[in-house]
Amino acid sequence: MSLPPYASPLERAWYYSFRTACALIFLFLISPILVIIPLSFNAEPYFTFTEGMIALDAEAYSIRWYQDIVGNEQWIHSMENSIIVGIASTILATVLGTTAALGLSRPNMPYKGLAMGVLISPMIVPLIITAAGMFFFYSKVGLAQTYLGLILAHTALGTPFVVITVTATLTGFDQSLIRASQSLGATPTRTFFKVIMPLILPGVISGALFAFVTSFDEVVVVLFLAGFEQRTIPRQMWAGIREQISPTILAVATVLITISIMLLTTVELLRRRSDRLRGIKS
Amino acid sequence: MTDATVSPVGLMTSDGVPLKQSLARAERRSRIRAMMLVAPLFLFIMITFIVPIIDMLLRSVDNPRFQEVLPETAQVLMEWEGGGLPPESIYAVMAAEMKAAMKDRSLGRLTSRLNFEDPGMRTLMFKTARRLNRVDEGPWKEAMIKIDDEWGDPQVWALMKRTAPAYTTIHYLNAFDLTVSPEGEIVAQPEELQIYGLLFWRTIWMSLLITGLCALLGFPIAYLLATLPTKTSNLLMILVLLPFWTSLLVRTTTWIVLLQTEGVINDILVWATILNDDERIQMIYNQTGTIVAMTHILLPFMVLPLYSVMKTIDPSYMRAARSLGATQVTAFRRIYFPNTIPGLGAGGILVFILAIGYYITPALVGGRTGQLISNFIAFHMQESLNWGLGAALGAILLAGVLAMYWLYNKLIGVDNMKFG
Amino acid sequence: MKTRFLKTTALAAVLAFATVPAVQAADAITAVSWGGAYTKSQIEAYHKPFEAKTGIKINSQDYNGGLAEVRAQVEAGNVTWDVVDMELSDAVRGCDEGILEPLPLSDLPAAPDGTAAADDFIAGTLHDCAVATIVWSTIFSYDEEKYPGGSGPKTVADFFDTAKFPGKRGLRKSPKVNLEWALLADGVAADKVYEILATDAGVERAFAKLDTIKDDVIWWEAGAQPPQMLADGEVAMTSAYNGRVFNAVATEDKPFNIVWDGQVWDIDLWGIPTGAPNKDAAWDFIKFSTDTQRLADQASWISYGPARKSSAPLVGKHAVAGIPMGPHMPTAPENFTNAIQNDFAFWADYQDELTVRFNTWLAK
Repeated sequence: MSLPPYASPLERAWYYSFRTACALIFLFLISPILVIIPLSFNAEPYFTFTEGMIALDAEAYSIRWYQDIVGNEQWIHSMENSIIVGIASTILATVLGTTAALGLSRPNMPYKGLAMGVLISPMIVPLIITAAGMFFFYSKVGLAQTYLGLILAHTALGTPFVVITVTATLTGFDQSLIRASQSLGATPTRTFFKVIMPLILPGVISGALFAFVTSFDEVVVVLFLAGFEQRTIPRQMWAGIREQISPTILAVATVLITISIMLLTTVELLRRRSDRLRGIKS
Repeated sequence: MTDATVSPVGLMTSDGVPLKQSLARAERRSRIRAMMLVAPLFLFIMITFIVPIIDMLLRSVDNPRFQEVLPETAQVLMEWEGGGLPPESIYAVMAAEMKAAMKDRSLGRLTSRLNFEDPGMRTLMFKTARRLNRVDEGPWKEAMIKIDDEWGDPQVWALMKRTAPAYTTIHYLNAFDLTVSPEGEIVAQPEELQIYGLLFWRTIWMSLLITGLCALLGFPIAYLLATLPTKTSNLLMILVLLPFWTSLLVRTTTWIVLLQTEGVINDILVWATILNDDERIQMIYNQTGTIVAMTHILLPFMVLPLYSVMKTIDPSYMRAARSLGATQVTAFRRIYFPNTIPGLGAGGILVFILAIGYYITPALVGGRTGQLISNFIAFHMQESLNWGLGAALGAILLAGVLAMYWLYNKLIGVDNMKFG
Repeated sequence: MKTRFLKTTALAAVLAFATVPAVQAADAITAVSWGGAYTKSQIEAYHKPFEAKTGIKINSQDYNGGLAEVRAQVEAGNVTWDVVDMELSDAVRGCDEGILEPLPLSDLPAAPDGTAAADDFIAGTLHDCAVATIVWSTIFSYDEEKYPGGSGPKTVADFFDTAKFPGKRGLRKSPKVNLEWALLADGVAADKVYEILATDAGVERAFAKLDTIKDDVIWWEAGAQPPQMLADGEVAMTSAYNGRVFNAVATEDKPFNIVWDGQVWDIDLWGIPTGAPNKDAAWDFIKFSTDTQRLADQASWISYGPARKSSAPLVGKHAVAGIPMGPHMPTAPENFTNAIQNDFAFWADYQDELTVRFNTWLAK
């Protein structure tokens, strides 16, 4: 949508004001995230730009809040917890979710709508209800305040994303490829790894990344289910924000933003690869 | 199949099975195979997710305390026809059981339940149980009334009889700001305890407002993204996707940093002498804070479905309309906009569903007036421990969300949900 | 025959050994307290020496008071806390409801001069299920730089007077203390507060008074927040725990002034939740931390009065700032003129009701 040379002044005005509005909306979306990155290097314990920072005085910047994280046992421990729970639940969610997506995309899957509805529900049910339900039930069976309980809970929350992304890569998947492979004498296992897997791999990986982010970012279920030992990064941040935002939180936030940027890049690259493989022009 | 021969009953396979039957069998096998693939996850979700939620929601009608702590009293109270004071036999059973409950320290579990109904009950029960320990024989009616004349009040006994059964509807009544009067009629809660009507209403209108704001802000940029050349739009898309991938707590933190009275925006306004230092605006820890932060957090959920719908609208439609003499506005209103409705619907319902159940952001930046129904569910689950009421509120919220989800599924289909 | 006998006994011995519940010393206990400067004082005075003496590690966890979390753990059958620092009204209710373990109080160590623990603890500070450590107080505080030359608020009534003293107020997000202060500010005498609060009209009156400042209040939950809110200039004055303000003044040189008028004082006690995973180690810890020396040590880290009479003479100066602690204690005579003792019996009865009502009032 570029402005044609014959545009009237009114159209011209509209065109520029539209662009300005869009620019402002993009600013609204992105600036909050960008603002806290420099603030996390503030040498002073304030949440605003000091005069020194605006003047780009090197002394006004420091990495003391980052040293704070590294030197703090609780932050390190919660980082480990987030990674352990995140990876374990991602693996489980990916295996379960991919298998289910393969079943769901078969043309003869019965009760498809119903099954899909149930499998997606963890994404839809308000987290507070999920968390309260899991708290009572997992307490009863002795899973509350254990790593296993937290991993199972996060697996349940992560699977919808895997199901959705893998199902999406399977739409337009030519089922005759499977028959072709089998008629050429391949075993079902071989067919899976040689034919299906390469095609759905991008979907599987981005589903897995979604599942990981879901777990890595989740705090409501952790609030109800995790004990002191299982505190994750978001749980630690929650406590920090509720009581008093220390600049350390901004440093943690910056680290998390960096991680999101890396994940986002990976998913974007995968998506393009997947579209290319399936012959969809992006 | 290739060797199928023609026979009077129809086509047969090489091993002599009718083809129809063989096909049906193959069909059934492949249906089972498909179901077997789905089954593990289905069972997993059932056990780790659905069953716990149902189990929790049952607490909204569950009323086990009385029967656990004073089982026989509950029994005789339910058999008693009510009205006035109960006979001596009920007093006797109750006195005996209260003594026992005091001894094994289980009485408190009942009084915390009774105290939700009437805050004097805890003192009454403990005082009575303590003094009864020094009374060895009846008549118990006289003894209990002597300890506290509340025991001679028919309303106390009406309350006892009402709380004895194992199931109750009181939590649902409370969730609608209703209660049961001492005479047993359903009446409105006293004004100072009425809150849930207000909260549900606030949750709905704030969610609608947030959905509206997301549509308002999301539409132009989705349109821009859909009409720009791929290279530029891919670049701008990152501005939408990065917030989407950034931690919820990080984004909430940033809004606190930006909006608080000593925060970046107030500082800029003061620096630009738009405000005096003592006129800093309160933009957070109230409804404004909740609305701004939630709009920011949910905006990508509106932009992404809108974008994918707009991407499919053929630009030649607009050119055709223009060439047939429609103005830019008319062409947009009559041709382009109607085509974007599925995207708006998908994004709108999704944002609304997510907003209505939001907990973290209102809890952190909502202050006093930005609290939503989820925050009160959490309050009853974690602080007041009125689990029944929390579960009843949760059930009502869940019913609303599931209705929206059903609508979404019907209109758009969950399998059409996409991210990024 | 003989070998068979040997084998059998050996087997029996192995079986017996395997089935006897392993009496294992705990290697860590979870102690839950109020966070910030207060928890730090406990870590310095109790946890560190206890860890050094027994080798049992203490995991320190924060909460914001109240029985809810303990009750939820016990009722859901999922107890992870071993020892909890709580207010008296909560300890009383917790004991009645069976969610706190009864404690063998006679095992508490005697004072150095041989006075039995039961006589050494200040009257009313030992409870069937809990042992007191400190006397503390809720006061309000303001930044002296904002009100120079003694122009600051002096009474609770001033706190409620936003015309005379404009600016935001900080209050704890709980009905406790706020309702008492509302009545005080409304002209009720300190010794009549609970009597009036026990009536419906009294509660109405208290909420009506709170209504007058509702829009000016920022609500805090954690004890560490109020000094921070004062320092950031978010509030002009705020209710706070006296020790937190003292520490901000003593160790961070903050210009905060404490108004002792209408202080509501209470005691904090250690209790053990029913079914705590390391009950025995927790009780050892309580015995250790409530001896004469340990209580006196804590008072050199924060201005809360020790619960044992024998500790009082041992209280000296602040461990870092070197300020004499005596005049900063809630119980110092000059601070104690218009004090209210938190009425645990009242709050044990009315807390549930008033908390729901308070939260309803807040959300409107």
